[in-house]
Amino acid sequence: MARNPAQFALTSRLLHWLMAAMLLSMLFIGAAMVTSLGNYHRLVALHRPLGIMILVLAIIRLVNRTFTTLPPFPPTMSKRERLIASASERLLYTLMIALPLVGWGMLSAGHYPIVMFGPLHLPPILPVSPTLYAVLRKTHTIMAYLLFLAFLGHLSAILFHILIIRDRLLDRMALWPVRSHNHKDP
Amino acid sequence: MNDNDGQSGDIGRISSGTMILRLAAIALVILAIAGVFAYAGGWLTPHTLTGARIVDRFEQVNEVHPGFRRNHAKGVCLSGYFESNGRGTALSKAAIFLPGRVPVIGRFALAVGQPYAADEANTVRSMALLFKLPDGEEWRTGMNNIPVFPVNSAEGFYDLLLSSAPDPATGKPDPAKMGAFITKHPEFAKAIQLIHGQPVSSGFADSAYNSLNAFRFINAKGAEIPVRWSMVPVQAFRPFNSAMSNKSNTNQLFDALIAEIHNGALQWHLIITVGQPGDPTADATLPWPSERQHIDAGTLTIDHIESEDTSPARDLNFDPLILPDGIAGSDDPLLSARSAAYSSSFTRREGEPKSPSAVSTAETGK
Repeated sequence: MARNPAQFALTSRLLHWLMAAMLLSMLFIGAAMVTSLGNYHRLVALHRPLGIMILVLAIIRLVNRTFTTLPPFPPTMSKRERLIASASERLLYTLMIALPLVGWGMLSAGHYPIVMFGPLHLPPILPVSPTLYAVLRKTHTIMAYLLFLAFLGHLSAILFHILIIRDRLLDRMALWPVRSHNHKDP
Repeated sequence: MNDNDGQSGDIGRISSGTMILRLAAIALVILAIAGVFAYAGGWLTPHTLTGARIVDRFEQVNEVHPGFRRNHAKGVCLSGYFESNGRGTALSKAAIFLPGRVPVIGRFALAVGQPYAADEANTVRSMALLFKLPDGEEWRTGMNNIPVFPVNSAEGFYDLLLSSAPDPATGKPDPAKMGAFITKHPEFAKAIQLIHGQPVSSGFADSAYNSLNAFRFINAKGAEIPVRWSMVPVQAFRPFNSAMSNKSNTNQLFDALIAEIHNGALQWHLIITVGQPGDPTADATLPWPSERQHIDAGTLTIDHIESEDTSPARDLNFDPLILPDGIAGSDDPLLSARSAAYSSSFTRREGEPKSPSAVSTAETGK
């Protein structure tokens, strides 16, 4: 079945929702981990490999994005709105890649082993340095808050489009195929 | 582009009342998500005990000494190697137990919050080690020279820090506070008897260091057993002799250790105690029966001592849950709490300016 040109490619849509679920879990695990005593270790042990999976997935998304045709913006979006949407997309991509890298770098600088599963671990990507560790540790937190805010902005915008403008903007990213609404087009 | 014209036409069809309701619904969804996030992050429950609050309590009792560990603040760094005899492989698939030698770095310390406190014989002594396994894995362990831990929960430890802090008026813990503490944490009474019942050795070199918490060993067949471990000194036990002690030297225990290592390498046996079903694993105040099987898994040799001022071991977090495949934590709640508190202490001190250690390079070079 030919793709509806108003929808993102299926790979893009699958990657989007998989990433959404992983990022949200990650943000909540990250927040809970810092304030949990009994589950601290379990959450950290989950946080590390999940972060690396997000990094890999973000790179796959970036590659996928360059090789797929994007659906056009709907006419309900003004020029300014389109600029904001593009900028926020760039911010989200940057954070998806930078946050895990900062986490990996921070553990490297803090002389921690970067344990994934069982005996599997990653090499350090930065030299051991207390100052570097302290700076990256703070950066990691600040970026995580920024990502959470960017997510809230993203969600607010889509809800605004669905409920107030009612332009079916979500159809572009829906996992199920959506019939084209441009029946009048040849 | 003329698509979506049927959709964009909908905009005007929402009454202003509907629009306000829908905007409110959007705001509610966003606020609810932000609220759950705030709850997960602990902002709505400021009295829940966290790693940061345990470290805050250390700072409350000892004041802040920038750059130093919040506990076990006074220490000296060590290096050497561990020679495995292969006997541990039956119990655990961890690469550390394969026959052969792995490098070790670590730290001897006193369990004090003040980095310049004078050495006292009765202060808890610790040995923290990092075993570097050939495949790049690490095993980190922090052990103490007491037979059991004084409390069995993080809350107990948090309360103990304040209750046992010296009263400024008398210089001793307030008996009323200690009484209230023991009522709340009854396991302390028995544990402290065991701790005080153990004879105090002359110094770091003839002390045995115990994991205190239980762990699990997993072997190649996937069989799991509860274990505790100890580093048992090859150096013969000598009781601490207060008449011989030199009170004018505030580093007497460290200086003795330095002299001994310069005189020749010191050695400890890694003794694994194998737990039986029913042995308590979630309570570090309870010893296991003495008849439990002990396995000597190899020998630790410490042949080099170095001040924190130059050693990489200063900037290591001896998190007890940094374990190789084949060793895992038990259900002891203290383990995860230690992990959380150590991480918090590590993050604070790594961001602070460093001051010279009481056990200086000049001292270790003597």
